Amino acid sequence: MSLLELSDVTRSVRLPDDRVLHILRGITLSVDAGEHISVVGRSGTGKSTLLNILGLLDEPTSGGYLLEGTSVAKLSGRRRARRRGDDFGFVFQQFNLLPGRTALENVAAPLMYARGRAFWRRFRLAADMLDRVGLGDRLDEMPDKLSGGEQQRVAIARALVRSPRVILADEPTGALDVDTGGEIMSLLDEIASQTGAALIAITHDLAVAARAQRHYRLAEGVLVPITLNAPGRITEWVGDVPTDRPDDAVATALS
Amino acid sequence: MSGLVGTIVEAWDELRIHRLRVLLALIGVAVAVTAITGVTAAVQMMNQAFKESADRQSGRSVTLDLYAWPTGAAGTAQPTEQQYAAEFDRIVERYGITYATRQLGGPIRFRFPTGTAIVNAQVVDPDYGVITRFRTTEGRWFTDADTQRFAPVAVVNEAFLAALGVTDLSSHPTVQLGTDTPVRTEVIGVYHDEWSDAPPSAYLLYDHVTRWGLLGADMANQTPTFKVWVPPDLAAQLRPLLQRDLAAALPGTQVEVPEPFTGQNVLDGASRWVVLGIGGFSLLLGGLGLVNIALVTVRFRIREIGIRRSFGATSGRVFFGVLMESVVATVVAGVVGVVLAVAVIKNIPVEKMFGGSIEDMPPFPVAAAVTGMVCATAVGALAGLIPAIVAVRVKVIDAIRY
Repeated sequence: MSLLELSDVTRSVRLPDDRVLHILRGITLSVDAGEHISVVGRSGTGKSTLLNILGLLDEPTSGGYLLEGTSVAKLSGRRRARRRGDDFGFVFQQFNLLPGRTALENVAAPLMYARGRAFWRRFRLAADMLDRVGLGDRLDEMPDKLSGGEQQRVAIARALVRSPRVILADEPTGALDVDTGGEIMSLLDEIASQTGAALIAITHDLAVAARAQRHYRLAEGVLVPITLNAPGRITEWVGDVPTDRPDDAVATALS
Repeated sequence: MSGLVGTIVEAWDELRIHRLRVLLALIGVAVAVTAITGVTAAVQMMNQAFKESADRQSGRSVTLDLYAWPTGAAGTAQPTEQQYAAEFDRIVERYGITYATRQLGGPIRFRFPTGTAIVNAQVVDPDYGVITRFRTTEGRWFTDADTQRFAPVAVVNEAFLAALGVTDLSSHPTVQLGTDTPVRTEVIGVYHDEWSDAPPSAYLLYDHVTRWGLLGADMANQTPTFKVWVPPDLAAQLRPLLQRDLAAALPGTQVEVPEPFTGQNVLDGASRWVVLGIGGFSLLLGGLGLVNIALVTVRFRIREIGIRRSFGATSGRVFFGVLMESVVATVVAGVVGVVLAVAVIKNIPVEKMFGGSIEDMPPFPVAAAVTGMVCATAVGALAGLIPAIVAVRVKVIDAIRY
């Protein structure tokens, strides 16, 4: 049984002028525990929407989503929130650290929604996690005093502090320079591997995407498996390519 | 358990981090609670000051005055002063009355260094001091032991002391009173002049005055007024009984026990509603300010709320969290308000404000403080309701991108 399983998932919204915008079309994806998957695609192709659906932040318009064999559609709002907190860790492009709180308080924040020992020992756990991402000496630093790379390290520590089953990273290197981005991805890969969490990363950066074991391209709401070579160039399309927009333009933009 | 603690900790963290905003929002609430508690306490003090002032005039609540005078009806002998006193003592004993006094007022001759002068004197028993909350500025009031003293003692006003040519009691001043058989009297206490340029006045003990025959012809023919201090809840029952018993024991005597003066509670009736109305209105304004700032803050914090939802915060937790922020904040403001009220009340210049000191300082109005706190908390909950609803209605994905 897969950890996550999307089958023929669609997501569409009604626009103010009453037209329907199809963001995702027939997405089918299966993710096992510990897998590293990357999704590339241009802006506006539905990457974040896919990530939000996977992370139980959004709901599909149609199709099925099984989380460890349980249909997500059958979960109550409260159960969805609980599973979101228990099973998923989010890393955002803009870090999304809570303002006015120290690095330690930021990392401890998800544990406010945990129960039992994890809740009561939240600051100890947060300090340990910050130590693991190399910020053991910056516990009391405010986010605005940290560099971009350090802020993303705090965000990664925060995403991992509840030992999630799945890490969802939305453009984790988007706000960082190339070198820092590489360091952050190495850290993310390393910690995800150590904790056995599945890592699903959405990125523009093919070099970042190439680190994953499986690669996908999202274009016009359709998810297509691709093969990337080491430097990050698309070498092979697998499956059908959407026909309502020239894909060479997409490939050009990505390469 | 961890959920509840987490919500409160989260609310407290929010307040800590946004303390300036919170401070601004809560000034109104704190002021309102201070107003409700402080004004209630001040009014209670004012009440007490008025009450004590009234007590000094006509005795503590409830003091019954027993007036008896001969009717002069044919065939009845006028009771003697001793008969009056004996019957009065009997009544006091019969009803177990603890504090009772005779009172007679009139002119008595005193021999001052500058010559003999007629002084308006009150002739009373030691209990008069307790019944009327009598206060001396120097020395003391009469005690029961004083009645056993051979020579009379007097409590005089400052003008009297000045007329004696002394400024205080350190020299144990004495004065002669009476005419044909004068007797030397020691001044044991001094009381404040009731007004500037007040003439000399004095209090003497009834037993001394009768023993030494110091009453002038005018006073000798008078029947003293009897004052008894009785429990307020028994006053209504006792009044007709005292009147009946005294009248029955003294034939040919008319006895009156007038309806006692019970004073007026300043915080009764309309004034109470005015005080509460002002406090309530202040609280309403404070609450509106709080709603306003809380709404702005929630909009400012939508992204943060979205991030918290990604941590697994349920909509209930978000709702309760935002609500708790407001409640915790107003509780803190309420505590600050009560502390402020206590500080103000403890530093009120009682003499200046109420025109006299207060002997029995009323206890701090805990009920008013609790009312203020409860109102503040309720306002906090109401003020938090709207932003909490706004926070819950925000879509998580929209919030994260906000």
